[in-house]
Amino acid sequence: MQESLDVQGKKSGINTIGLTKSDYRGSPSTLCQGCGHNSIASQIIAACYELDIHPEEIVKFSGIGCSSKSIAYFLNRSFGFNGLHGRMPSLATGALFADHTLKGLGVSGDGDTASIGMGQFKHILRRNMKLVYIVENNGVYGLTKGQFSATADQGLELKSHGVNPYMPVDIAWEALVGHATFVARSFAGDPKQVKELIKAALSHNGVAVLDIISPCVTFNNVDQATQSYAWGKDHEAALHELSYVPRAEEILIDYDEEEAKEVQLHDGSMIMLRKLGRDYDPTDRQAAIKVLEEANSCQCLITGLIYIDTNQPSMVDIYQLTEKPLNRLTERELRPARSTLEELNRSF
Amino acid sequence: MQTETQKQQVLNEKKRVINDFSITVATVNGSGSQTSNATILRSIFKMGIPVSGKNIFPSNIQGLPTWYTVRVNKDGFVARKEETDILIEMNPATFVDDLAKLKSGGVFFYADHIHQSIERDDIVVYPMPVKDIIRQVEVPSYLKDYVANMVYVGIAAVILGIDLEKIQQALEFHFKGKAKPIAINFDVVQRAAEWAKGNLVKQDPFYLEPMEATKGLILTDGNTAAALGAIYGGVQFISWYPITPATSLAENLQTYLPKLRKDPDSGKNTFAVVQAEDELSAIGMAIGAGWGGLRAMTSTSGPGLSLMTEYIGLGYFAEVPVVIWDVERVGPSTGLPTRTAQGDLTFVAFMGHGDTQNLILLPGNINECFEFAWRAFDIAEQIQTPVIVLSDLDFGMNQWMGKPFEYPNTSMQRGKVLWEEDLERLGGNWARYFDVDGDGIPYRTVIGNRHPRAAYFTRGTGHDEYAGYSEEPQNWHDLLERLKRKFQVARELLPVPIIETMDSPKIGIISFGSTEPAIQETRYILAKHGLPSDFMRVRAYPFTGVEKEFIQKHPVNYVVEMNRDGQLHQLLRMEYPELAEKLRSFAYTDGLPLTAKQLVDFIQNAEER
Repeated sequence: MQESLDVQGKKSGINTIGLTKSDYRGSPSTLCQGCGHNSIASQIIAACYELDIHPEEIVKFSGIGCSSKSIAYFLNRSFGFNGLHGRMPSLATGALFADHTLKGLGVSGDGDTASIGMGQFKHILRRNMKLVYIVENNGVYGLTKGQFSATADQGLELKSHGVNPYMPVDIAWEALVGHATFVARSFAGDPKQVKELIKAALSHNGVAVLDIISPCVTFNNVDQATQSYAWGKDHEAALHELSYVPRAEEILIDYDEEEAKEVQLHDGSMIMLRKLGRDYDPTDRQAAIKVLEEANSCQCLITGLIYIDTNQPSMVDIYQLTEKPLNRLTERELRPARSTLEELNRSF
Repeated sequence: MQTETQKQQVLNEKKRVINDFSITVATVNGSGSQTSNATILRSIFKMGIPVSGKNIFPSNIQGLPTWYTVRVNKDGFVARKEETDILIEMNPATFVDDLAKLKSGGVFFYADHIHQSIERDDIVVYPMPVKDIIRQVEVPSYLKDYVANMVYVGIAAVILGIDLEKIQQALEFHFKGKAKPIAINFDVVQRAAEWAKGNLVKQDPFYLEPMEATKGLILTDGNTAAALGAIYGGVQFISWYPITPATSLAENLQTYLPKLRKDPDSGKNTFAVVQAEDELSAIGMAIGAGWGGLRAMTSTSGPGLSLMTEYIGLGYFAEVPVVIWDVERVGPSTGLPTRTAQGDLTFVAFMGHGDTQNLILLPGNINECFEFAWRAFDIAEQIQTPVIVLSDLDFGMNQWMGKPFEYPNTSMQRGKVLWEEDLERLGGNWARYFDVDGDGIPYRTVIGNRHPRAAYFTRGTGHDEYAGYSEEPQNWHDLLERLKRKFQVARELLPVPIIETMDSPKIGIISFGSTEPAIQETRYILAKHGLPSDFMRVRAYPFTGVEKEFIQKHPVNYVVEMNRDGQLHQLLRMEYPELAEKLRSFAYTDGLPLTAKQLVDFIQNAEER
């Protein structure tokens, strides 16, 4: 990234691949003013711009709901597919086989992932498909005007729907026990952390789950709800400060080595975590389980990189595909020779 | 003076029935009888005699009764036959019933450890000392039950005249040349044959004699044919979920793809087969892959197809090429999972909410299972829409004779896809849903295209020509009309019906799919009784227009299908309402393949009225 002057002499940002931030923009958002999802879209734009990613190298996927609409609001130069409710993971899985050089970026919501989509969510974790899986979690169904979702707190009271009697689904917890190789939680009101986590997720060679509490300003912003701004601001406890360091850049972050932990990502880039008074190691699965349980019992919002495992092969690695993307193979490479069929015919 | 037995033999010589009978083998599911039955079938085929084999099996892993029927016919009529001439009884549970149903003059082989009285004197009975013979065989005790079924192969071979050399060849095929199982099984066959030669005297009239009628033919099942056809069609992505009777289609892909489709230089795969967690996911993956520019497919049966419906509807609306094989079983609901039917035709034709139409291919033999498997990709990519291929359990899991599979005679038709150099040439000016050519089919780009104007946004919601979200009434109307226009173009790409005529036909017969063998036999029988017929086998939906002339030519056309509601009949009447009077439905479903007798009886009754 560098600063430069454009022809009018005004200062404008151009990254190292010669693109401006507007090359990463999407269509104007049709979500409510102040929606947490818009803030996440902005951080996706910022992360991709700062990482010097060609928008054409990202493929966007989503299911159904407010969150799923948001993939149209960033990266217009990336292909996107707004699929079916809860079935973004299967769509992304199939598509990403077409060209193994691409990065998948999926956006889902709590209604999309924690209800109809629970099965596909769990199974894409098992397969470790290379997909950034963002759950914009607001505990409520927005598009159908304010019903409880499966992540809503037990006992939460909402206008016209009364009190929620059921226990909530914890997305980060489900991701962790489902063997996700990257599990993070953040808060849409903390843009810096959201951006750093998106950057790290984009460099992860596998599925990267980001459970981002993204308050619904219209239907679920009552102060006692876990997914509200007020609650989030008051209860957020970051596990660590984190900085993402791209492979190409020299590590300049000024952390005391004794207080910092580095995690090297698959492409050689690093994520640096600064301890905040506690001795937290995100490569330790048991510690991750413990910290989520603690957060649950102390009613606080633990944010940051909860767990990462950089040693698992991604689904596409396992399939041993040709170097040339499958969707560029020609007839010569796809149709076996005539002689092979003659041989098969003789065998029947 | 002649003994009774000798008299019987002389009598039998006079009324010899050569290469024209049916065999039913009654066994217990999971007892290893598949190998024995397949061996009988293939050895008869290798003797040059036309033959078919159908497994009438339960939805069960082990323990329930199963029947395997073999039809031998020198004239090539190998549809299922209702009557059994020769029954091989290995199952104590069905012994009494099966014996009671055996026709007079039939033959009854039975395992002699089943202690039941046989009080019929109108049949020929051969006891088989299965346990005694197996006792002499040196195999681990856990294998004894499995190889026990080879005893009836050896005994029937001697009595009916199956060449032991052909049996050995059939075993070599079945065990893919693996020496040990071939030797173990053939040893049992030989011991049983030796016993039969020394202890049984032939008293029945049924004989197998070598012919040349299967020379140059192959014997295999429709799921194998479909898998191979897909491979020669360049299939790149298969996502599937196990379901009877479609499972072996995907399993055959898993078997053959690594042999046929590795990059010769790098040894890397040019394909991926993914077993999904369910059908919802299987179709989601296939749609994703088709959208991404891969030749993508899934295979399933009725219940799975119901689950896939929503994504197929999105595929239709968002114009995503994908191929879906529906190997039909009996519905509604879970139905009869291991029995055959043609009950999904109208469901598939309109599958999806709103105004949805789907392209359907209807293979009618194993050669068409192969051909339509590769052709389906060409059609799906050219029209940019899901193509459903309707097979059924009878094709998918039973053994059929056919011609050798023919190598595709056209190069792959990949449809209207724009790559970087195309967009460069167009100066980046293109729109995903713009009808440039007036055929309703727009141009598309696929992921990985690095041109800055390549990307577009795919959605199941209303959109304009630039793929932008739109609720504009005119946009919606125009979009649906364009999709309809595409289907007019599609008719020109779909296979036209097969038509066979006779001199001075009095009736027409119309069908699709696996019923042709029973229909051809019906036509032969009817013609002998003074009722020549023309035959049209429909091979695709929407119809291609050829049907109209055929229907017009006959005062009455019998529309034959294995479902309750006469679904092809419904579609034909909808397409050609002015000809509805000329169409008469013969729709029948009980889970078993159609027989000539059922159809002959129906048509003769109808014509007499």
